This record gives sequence, structure tokens and C-alpha cells, in this order.
Amino acid sequence: MSVPPASPARQTRSALALWGERAVELLIRLSGVSAVLFVFGIFLFVFIEGAPLITDLDWSKAIFSPDWYPTSRENVRYGVGAMIIGTLSVTGLAMVIAVPFGLGAAFFVSEFCSGTLRETLKVVIELLAAIPSIVWGFIGLSVVNHLIQRFLPAPVGLNLLNAALLLALMSVPIIVSIGEDALKAVPDSYREAALALGATRWQIAWRVLLPAARNGLLAAVLLGVGRAIGETMAVLMATGHAVNIPTSLFDPIRTLTATIAAELGETAVGSPHYRMLFLIGLMLFTITFAVNLLADLAVRGVRRQ
Amino acid sequence: MNPPTFTATPLVRRKLRQERLARAVLAGMVLAMVLPLAAIIAYLVVQGAPLISWSFLTQNPSNGMRAGGIWSALVGTIYLVVIALLVSAPVGVLCAVYLNEYARENWFTRLIHLAVVNLAGVPSIVHALFGLGAFVLFAGIGRSILAAALTLAIMTLPVVIASTKEALAAVPMSFREACWNVGASRWQTIWKVVLPNSISGILTGVILQVSRTAGETAPIMFTGAVFLKKIHDDTLFPYALTDQCMALSMHLYTVTTQVTNAPEALPYAIAVVLLGAVLLVNAAAILLRGLLRSRKKW
Repeated sequence: MSVPPASPARQTRSALALWGERAVELLIRLSGVSAVLFVFGIFLFVFIEGAPLITDLDWSKAIFSPDWYPTSRENVRYGVGAMIIGTLSVTGLAMVIAVPFGLGAAFFVSEFCSGTLRETLKVVIELLAAIPSIVWGFIGLSVVNHLIQRFLPAPVGLNLLNAALLLALMSVPIIVSIGEDALKAVPDSYREAALALGATRWQIAWRVLLPAARNGLLAAVLLGVGRAIGETMAVLMATGHAVNIPTSLFDPIRTLTATIAAELGETAVGSPHYRMLFLIGLMLFTITFAVNLLADLAVRGVRRQ
Repeated sequence: MNPPTFTATPLVRRKLRQERLARAVLAGMVLAMVLPLAAIIAYLVVQGAPLISWSFLTQNPSNGMRAGGIWSALVGTIYLVVIALLVSAPVGVLCAVYLNEYARENWFTRLIHLAVVNLAGVPSIVHALFGLGAFVLFAGIGRSILAAALTLAIMTLPVVIASTKEALAAVPMSFREACWNVGASRWQTIWKVVLPNSISGILTGVILQVSRTAGETAPIMFTGAVFLKKIHDDTLFPYALTDQCMALSMHLYTVTTQVTNAPEALPYAIAVVLLGAVLLVNAAAILLRGLLRSRKKW
């Protein structure tokens, strides 16, 4: 019995096409890895510029002291304590406003309205997210500023409250869109089961969806927090930009981000002040990295369900 | 005999009352955000409108930015957007192709996902520090349009990746399988089947990226944007890649915080032009996406 000879593999494409394909696939793989490289690169370059100061700095003083005198003649002090408190207070206050409004809007869009109204609201929220931060800053400076001065007992309109209002409006779109995704991910069978028991929409939202979408909603809030911490131009223009530990809503403050934006232009490359600003950047990178990691873990919890 | 009528018990009445209250409160929350904002934007437009004209758009700033127009800032923004797009759109699309078509479910893919999420979450001012350290100083490009555009490109990469991935994932698996079954390779399938079927979604992402790039300020402040630079109208390309440039967003910042005695309407007019451009581009992306959804055949 003879085996028929195997036919040789047919050459259907030119060598050029094959090599071209390999080159393209290599390019695709490289682009895939690029995101990791960029994040790593951001850390690396910010670290390199700030590193020489790390060992020279009295860290307990730098983090907790409110004395920020980077250009003082005889006694230079780099204390970012007041700015950390500034960032935390403005982010916290913004979230006090943005979380209920954002989650409320997410529930409203996802559960309480349908059809044209829902589509319109989604477009409006998407456009809200598109407003550049510099325009928010300008709104804070030219509109919110005067409103606060006129209607509230505040000596200046550029303060903690002003910036928190802006940050709240800026982070609401993120909370709404991620929160809505989280609600959408809850299976309809949950809603139907509750409906069959005679629950109203509000009861479904409060008793069924809120616990079921807990993780996704948490991720939405965390991403909102991340946005608020990292916001630069709006807080630079609206906070009053004074190194100050706030004791009331109407006190001017200063944030970590705004400090970099305001002072980097005036420092000499390589000076300690310049390196300190990069170290503040490194802090911001670390904080937002942690917040995003947490949000990602929360979302992953949802997927596993 | 009358049919038994349904009478609401107190419990049911309370339940329905709660329902109406909840709906009203939630709707009120949405309105409380949207209405003041609409009012504020209307106010900006009213304040800025008297100054906006064709010559405002096409004249260089003059008299220490207190008079003239915004021409060089407008052109600078266009330069930054186009160059940033040329870099990040291909990289972003290819990255999304990798994630959706090549990557397996493993730790490495998770790492890439995490990196994309983080790239979107890193504060814009940290991107600025990176741009300064990496492009301006380390790569030796200097403060220039190129350095600023590269910084912007990396910053807005996640926008393209996210929307391209969504567009690719919307192409049914059966399309790919049919193509593989007639002997096409992976890349041939992507090129002939997957990309043509998702091109509008990818385009939407790129347009969204344009609007995001145009509005950013912090990343370009220290990498290539300047307060004032006039350009000449007699050349086709008024800026060189190694020049510093003005940008609309930066110009708004400068005029509001650094220039004294500017006419009161000037910052409003700049804000309206910037906001108008960004929102128009965004609306175009949303329209395109809507059109695409209604045309979808599968």
C-alpha cells in the first residue's frame, strides 16, 4: 500500500506580505506594552528629577509642617502639611456634595427615566465632562467668586467652598457614568424578582440595586475622588492659593497640584525647590495610583459576581 | 353586583408616597446640577459675545494682550492637537487592537489594563512634570510644540484606547470566525473585517480625544506654551515644531490671572471660543456615535 505523496504547502502570499504582517503584529504588541511603559516612565522621570533631594529632606517635617518657605533667604523650609490638608479638605468637601448628587443622578438616569429623557441626560452629562478645567477655573474666578461674596458672609470669594463646588461639578459626570454602568451590570432578574413582590422603583433602587451594585458604585466614587485630587487649573484659580490650614468654609487654601503649577515656572532646573516640586508630584502620583488601584479592584469584584 | 374594587391600604399609600418623593428628589438633584450650569454658560456667552467676531478670531493679540484677537493662540492649539493626534491615535488604536484581538486572559493583560486606567487617572500636572523631565530635559527637545504635543499625546492615550476597544468588542465574533475559516490570518482578519466594521466607533474616540487635547492647560504650561507669541500670516505653517506656541487654554489663564487692565469682556470671549470649540467637537462625536448605532446591521 502506498501513501500518496503529501502535496507541498502552497505558497499563496508573497514573502513581502508575510514579513509585512509580522512587522505589523510586532508593532501591535509594542503598542500594547506602551501603556505600561508610559506609566512606568512617568514614575521614573518624576522620580529621577526629585530623587537627589530625598535623602536631604527631613521627612517628618516636610510632611507635617505647614511652613512652606521655598524661597526664603536665611531659612528655607519645605513643609507641605498645609497643602496636604488643603487637598484633603477640598476633595472631602467636594465629595460630600458630589457623591449624593452623582449617585442620585446615576439612579435617576438608570432607573427612573427612559427613552428620550434618558438619552438627553446622558448627552448632557457627557458634555459636562468635556468642559476643560481651565474654563471651570475661570467660572470659579468670575462667577462663583462674585456669587459667594454677594450671598454669603465671606470676606473673599476665592476659598475652600468655591473650589469644592467646582470640583464637585467636575467629578459628578464621572460618578454618574461609572455608577450607571455599575447599575446596568445588575441582572434584570433582580429587578423583576423585586417587582413581583410589589416593590416600587425606589424600593428596588434602595433595597436591591444599592447592595447589589455596591462595588461598582464604590469604584465610581473612588474615580471621582481621583479626579478631584488631581485637578489642577480649576483649584489654582478658585482656592485663593494661600498656604493656610482652613478653619472655615470661607478660608482660602492651597493644594498640592496648584503649588506645582504656580511655582514650577519660577524655579531653576536642578535647584532644591525644583526637586521638591517633583517630589510633591511623586506624592500625587502615588496617591492617585493607590486610588485607581482600589477602584479597579472594586470593579473586578463586580465582574466576578 | 359590583366587581370588588382595589382599595389602597395605608402601607401601599405610604409606599407610593415614598416613590413619588424619591423620584422628585432625584430629579431635583439632576436639575440642581444642570440648571445653574446652563445659566453660567449662558452668562459667559452673554458677557463674551460682544467681542467675538471674525477679526477677533483672525488677529494676533496686541497691546500686551489687551487688544487684538486670539489668532496665534488658535493656531497654536490646532498645531498641538494635530501633532498629538498623529502620535497617539495610531498607538492608541494599535494598543486597543492588541488588547481586544491578541491578548489572552492573564496577568500581563491585567497589567496593561491597569496601566491604561492609571494613565487616565494620573493628575494632569504630573503629566506636565513627566513631559518636562522626559521630553524637554532628558530627550533634549527643549520647550517646544513637539514636547508639549507629545505630553498631550500620552495624556490622552486612554481616551482612544477605551473607545476603540469598545468599538472592536462590538464586532461580532462570528465575523472573525467566518474570515478565519476561509483561511485568513489574524492580521488579515483584523484589516479586512474587524477594522472596517468598527471604523466609525474608532473615529468617535479620536474626535473625543481632539476635544480633550484642546482644553488641557497644565501639561503644556511647562513644556511648550508661552504667554505671548505673534505669528505671521504670510507663511502656510507659521509655527515650527521646535517653536514655542500660544494655546487657547493657556491664553485664557494668562489673560485672567497675569494681564492687568484687560477689557472685561476679553477673558469671557476667550472662554466662550474655547468652550464652544470643545463642546462642538464633542457633540460631533456624540452625533456620529448615534448615527452609527442607528445604522448598525447586526
